[in-house]
Amino acid sequence: MNLVLTFLVGGALCAAAQILIDKTRLSPARILVGYVVLGVVLFALGIYTPLFEAVGCGISIPLVGFGAAIGKGVKSAVDTDGLLGILTGGLTATSSGITATLFLGFLLSLIAHGKHKKM
Amino acid sequence: MQGLNEKEKSAIIKKCTPKSRVVKNTLSAFFVGGGICLFAELLRRLYIYLGESEENAGIFATLSIVLIGGIFTALGIFDRLARHAGAGTLVPITGFSNSVVSSAIDSASEGYILGVGSKIFTVAGPVILYATVSGVIYGLLYYIYLSL
Repeated sequence: MNLVLTFLVGGALCAAAQILIDKTRLSPARILVGYVVLGVVLFALGIYTPLFEAVGCGISIPLVGFGAAIGKGVKSAVDTDGLLGILTGGLTATSSGITATLFLGFLLSLIAHGKHKKM
Repeated sequence: MQGLNEKEKSAIIKKCTPKSRVVKNTLSAFFVGGGICLFAELLRRLYIYLGESEENAGIFATLSIVLIGGIFTALGIFDRLARHAGAGTLVPITGFSNSVVSSAIDSASEGYILGVGSKIFTVAGPVILYATVSGVIYGLLYYIYLSL
């Protein structure tokens, strides 16, 4: 795995989103949703896994990685549990990230209440 | 801009956006975003070096970036950085963490049930929903493919 590629791919995904924001009327929330769905699609097409092996966090830290984690979770749950896996796999695979983010958000809202200015 | 169709509107937006600004925004998004991914990758390798499995090291790297993004948001550092970096901080998982933490903090004055409790999902909700929906569709297709 190549650290230069990690930097280039991660940077390119962000640059592409920036161009979309500047050149179209897409809101940041839409970009995020688009990237997550793209992640599921890339995983489903078998493109994500070899890409991850080549660039690691360059593809997994952009939100594409969140979508791919859902796809990966669904696939391995379907492999072991069959039909039920379609419903359990996605959120199981991403539970640590979602739980950590929500808990952190709640905790910080208790501490930083009112001191913060929104972007 | 009333009375204009979408095409005309976007033509005007395009005309009013200086080219140099677009180039500058894109470059800073590239360098900041690439830098965050590189930093995360170094953390992931550190966790592997410290004895974590490949899979858990990846999860811990992601969680570390979420934590840093959240704390930077609460300290007000994130907003200052994001003003210059744009999509460079939005697209990495820091953007997800920032949207959750900033909505939670901003809505605390509206109460903890309908304020924080619902607004924490303002951006996280769509992201989780559409990832889940795409996951179910993929799961169904994959299941059908396996049964063929």
